Amino acid sequence: MIQLKGIHRTFQVGDQEVHALNEINLNVSPGEYLSIMGPSGSGKSTLLNLLGLLDRPTSGTYLLNNQDVTVLSDFEQAKTRRNKIGFVFQFFQLLPRLTAQENVELPMMLDGIAPNERSQRATEVLDAMGLSDRRHHRPDQLSGGQRQRVAIARATIMEPAILLADEPTGNLDSKSGLDVIKILEQLNNKGLTLIIVTHDPEIGVRAKRHIHMIDGKIVESRTDTIAETKDSLPS
Amino acid sequence: MRLLDILSYTGSTLGRYRTRTGLILLAMAIGVASIIILTSLGEAARKYVVGQFSSLGTNLLIVIPGRSETTGGAPSMIVGETPRDLTLDDAKALTRSAYVQRIAPVMIGSASISWKQLDREAPVLGSTAALLDIRHWNMDSGRFLPRGEIDRATPVCILGGKLYRELFGSETALGKWIRIGDRRFRVIGIMASEGRSIGVDVQDLVIIPVASAQSLFNSPSLFRILVEARNRDVIPRAKEHILDTIQERHQGERDITVITQDAILSTFDRILRALTLTVGGIAAISLFVAGILIMNIMLVSVSQRTAEIGLLKALGAPGNQIIVLFLSEAIALSLAGACFGVAVGMAGNLIIGHFYPDLPLGAPWWAVASAVGIAVTTGTAFGALPARRAAKLDPVLALSHK
Repeated sequence: MIQLKGIHRTFQVGDQEVHALNEINLNVSPGEYLSIMGPSGSGKSTLLNLLGLLDRPTSGTYLLNNQDVTVLSDFEQAKTRRNKIGFVFQFFQLLPRLTAQENVELPMMLDGIAPNERSQRATEVLDAMGLSDRRHHRPDQLSGGQRQRVAIARATIMEPAILLADEPTGNLDSKSGLDVIKILEQLNNKGLTLIIVTHDPEIGVRAKRHIHMIDGKIVESRTDTIAETKDSLPS
Repeated sequence: MRLLDILSYTGSTLGRYRTRTGLILLAMAIGVASIIILTSLGEAARKYVVGQFSSLGTNLLIVIPGRSETTGGAPSMIVGETPRDLTLDDAKALTRSAYVQRIAPVMIGSASISWKQLDREAPVLGSTAALLDIRHWNMDSGRFLPRGEIDRATPVCILGGKLYRELFGSETALGKWIRIGDRRFRVIGIMASEGRSIGVDVQDLVIIPVASAQSLFNSPSLFRILVEARNRDVIPRAKEHILDTIQERHQGERDITVITQDAILSTFDRILRALTLTVGGIAAISLFVAGILIMNIMLVSVSQRTAEIGLLKALGAPGNQIIVLFLSEAIALSLAGACFGVAVGMAGNLIIGHFYPDLPLGAPWWAVASAVGIAVTTGTAFGALPARRAAKLDPVLALSHK
């Protein structure tokens, strides 16, 4: 599904060239659960942005469903993001002036889906997140965990194939952090490809495949055969 | 994205930043309102002046004794032109022309008017029956000067409305004999109250036959002759004809001046219209300033909302959709500001109209249209730069902004 070949990404900082990604080769199959770990500045966020088409590689190829997406136009990239990729951010990135439901409807609004269908779909997803009674609350009236659940509802409303989560628990206490992770894992169980960037090893090890990055390189890629945490999950 | 969604999204943004929205609306509204009020005032002044001139009569030529033009120094200085008087015979000569509809010789003087014990000094105007038609005056009661030979001195007079009230109060004056100077005249009519017409206030006048005025003031010379041309097109030919005729009668001297009212009128019309456009243009500059304010505030807004822009991009909004969103904000602001300004301008006109009821105030449609047009155009043009900047924002940087 995702094939990265010889990806480099360099930034110009002053007169110094920073190699954020250095010769990244990575294949991700549909339905995989992947965590990317590493110290800050190791390039893990850059890799995630690149996977989410928010950034373009300096060199190398990125095939998404066997299509080279690095050569797509701005419009086509936006369309791919809208329909194939969901984002979950550390700081939720909900629009403060919109209600939970309106925030969830935002991607559908950008896509031009009719208001009736939008509100029906948003209601369903929010119900599934256990937020039926918070639908018309604004973000500042919600707890951190609730906000992140709204954000996940928004990320999945377009039924994307890939969900990219950048430190999804980084701004939550451990309990609501765990709730959020469980929701993400449930979605993965239903076939969604899940890629989580985190520097929290406890979160990282729950994934079936972990990638360690240092200085823009993948130093370790390990696949667990047993998912010990899975048994404790409510199904 | 659906149009309705774009509008509601814009609405929610504007609603969130109320102070900034309010300030832009105010700036735009002041600009639009000042254009409307200033052009209304200019137009009102123009209409007022034009109206005043039209009340003098249409297709009017005014013949004045003496020459006001200078044509080369030497001959006239040697000859030392003394203007000959304009006489009733001159006036009669002018009627024999195909270009002339009617003429009214005018004499003016001042005399004491008395009835019973009441005595009063008033301007006396000597003329003929044609004056009523030429000046478009109306009678309140009775009739105007009798038609017939213009050199017949009938002892009749017509009183201006105000003079009539001062002399007679509520009594009827028709048929009464009053004394003007040392002669007696019978009142045969009362003028309707007219607005001021330049120079003379009809309300204060006594009008008597021109021949009576000549003997009353003991002078054959006319103050001027009013000539109404048959139509607008023959005015220049009528002017030439008048000059030629009088020249022939005055031993070859062109010692009169003919003023065509249309010339004065169109000059005033042009001057005042230019003035209106000038003040309107100055007011339009304030709209330009408002446009810059929009750009300024939108630029601030773009940097305030980088996270939002980054999010929209991550959620799949292409660059041009972001341009559309920001532009629609600028357009909504300027349009709302313009509408608000039109309302303020109209209200301003009403208030000014309340204090100066004589001014024919009313926003000219072209001023309203161009004010709104300029407001929306500048708003859009100045919104374009911030919108493009928003669209070009790097989503990675935008999202990590927090």
